[in-house]
Amino acid sequence: MIGFLLRRLLQAIPLLVGVSVIGFGLMHLAPGGPLAVYTLNPTIQAQDIERIKVLFGLDQPVHVQYAKWATGIFSGNWGYTFFGGRPVLGVILERVPATMLLMGSALSIAIVVGLAIGVLGATRRYSVFDVLATSGALVALSFPTFWFGLMAIYVFAIELRWLPSGGMWELGEEGSVVSLLRHLVLPTLVLALVITATWSRYARSAFLEALQQDFMRTARAKGLSPRARLLRHAFPNAAKPLVALLGVELPFLFSGALVAETIFAWPGMGRLFVDALTMKEYPILMGMMMFTAIFVIVGNLLADIAIAAIDPRVRLS
Amino acid sequence: MSAGAVASGGVWRRFLRHRVALGGAVVVALLLSAALFAPALAPQDPTLLDTSVRFLAPFADPRFPLGTDELGRDTLSRLLHGGRVSLTVGLVAMATTVLTGAAIGIAAGYLGGLADTLLMRFVDTMLCFPQVFLLLVVAAFVPPTLLSISLVIGLTSWMEVSRIVRAEILNLKEQDFVAAARALGASRARIMFRELLPNAAAPILVAATLKVASAVLMESYISYLGYGVQPPLASWGNMLTNAQGYFDTIPWLAVLPGLAITATVMGFNFLGDGLRDALDPRLRMDP
Repeated sequence: MIGFLLRRLLQAIPLLVGVSVIGFGLMHLAPGGPLAVYTLNPTIQAQDIERIKVLFGLDQPVHVQYAKWATGIFSGNWGYTFFGGRPVLGVILERVPATMLLMGSALSIAIVVGLAIGVLGATRRYSVFDVLATSGALVALSFPTFWFGLMAIYVFAIELRWLPSGGMWELGEEGSVVSLLRHLVLPTLVLALVITATWSRYARSAFLEALQQDFMRTARAKGLSPRARLLRHAFPNAAKPLVALLGVELPFLFSGALVAETIFAWPGMGRLFVDALTMKEYPILMGMMMFTAIFVIVGNLLADIAIAAIDPRVRLS
Repeated sequence: MSAGAVASGGVWRRFLRHRVALGGAVVVALLLSAALFAPALAPQDPTLLDTSVRFLAPFADPRFPLGTDELGRDTLSRLLHGGRVSLTVGLVAMATTVLTGAAIGIAAGYLGGLADTLLMRFVDTMLCFPQVFLLLVVAAFVPPTLLSISLVIGLTSWMEVSRIVRAEILNLKEQDFVAAARALGASRARIMFRELLPNAAAPILVAATLKVASAVLMESYISYLGYGVQPPLASWGNMLTNAQGYFDTIPWLAVLPGLAITATVMGFNFLGDGLRDALDPRLRMDP
């Protein structure tokens, strides 16, 4: 297991380097480069821009700049925001809890509901329920999430007035759990819809595959109950592709959270990203790209370790 | 030849049996012809302002079958012309995705070795970024034209295609017809593009269909946020942005473009799903 862990950790290093090169390249591709906010501002004079360039080290060769920037990224110095000069990493980190709460609640719903639908579909293959569930999942995947969010706001916030249309807390109720939960419902449901659809499709095919294995017939011949066969035999075998899915789907989860956060004014990382986009806050944008990419790399690493823990064969190959 | 005919007959039968996919094909065909003939079908000029007929409800006035928006523009005409824009972006983005993905997938799969390792590491790296983040950053950098929007969407979504194509090529390159071509003295380029590529057409076609669906979704989202198709040109995404301002009182302005996006994406998704089942039984969701 230790050998596997080391090998897997070593594989993550080229990914981190690649991600940082692309992030750095994108920042220099931006119109006006990393100093756009100054060069596009007519009240700032040319000699001041030159001074800022020297101050930021932008007069040095590209590889020196990259080395400095990359060392900064991996030692926690992510630069400072254009407006207000706050440390970028701090600005991002203070938005993490809101996004994790949203992603976590949506993912939990999606896993539970998606697994249930997938297992039912796989055990009653081609039944009315199965056909409806598989086509329903494809329909759900075709909804533009942002439009679905708008419709949810119209129905539940404007017409029925059951739930708030956006934000995290009622004014003056900051910190109240009830208020937080009421605000969490709509963005969670909108985000969960798409992930549930994906999970039900993958769970269905993972269980179909597991149910067709020879050991399932053996288990049945031994006289095990359907419940024991499903839980003790099918489930551990279907779990492996589903854990892998957890890692692979992380970028989609971030993308979905961004959409849900912009529609529901949820003060998380996605909202920060879209605000930074309108203000041309390149340091925050680049920081967010790096943060999500590193998160995805670590997530995939954890998923692989979990798979190796479930299935000893993976460790040896 | 006869083997091909039998196989394609099987493909047709499998596809026609797939009723949902057939429905998808019909929806796609209708949408494509609506987009193609939009100028002839649209009852009004989609950019014509008339403040005397603002916010007409659908079916209220025969001149404006689906009502009018906040500037008195005809909603049906804007939907038709917007569909033209959305489908154009979707198709050009898909072409970009497929060309880039297939080129990288073929090169990695056929050349192997260091080229394979480097290209696939690049693919892995690109996949670490959530697509919407990458897309929005680049879309905010480049001036939004129909071509630039399509290219940006295409160039941020080719990675899965290259993986699919590479896997297919790895499989194909061990087969006898490739050895035969090599023995006949065919060049590397000829083997890659004339021998291997046509044989990998089925999974590429499936991926292409599904990519149109996701490109239409992406276009509508970046247009909705204001980084995509710019007014006065109508797109389903920017129609939603406009509608949002009057959302609490006039919901149909937001309902209609949303339904149009959903119908398009669903059409291409169902078509792609059916094509996958018909063309490539190995890739089925349903083993």
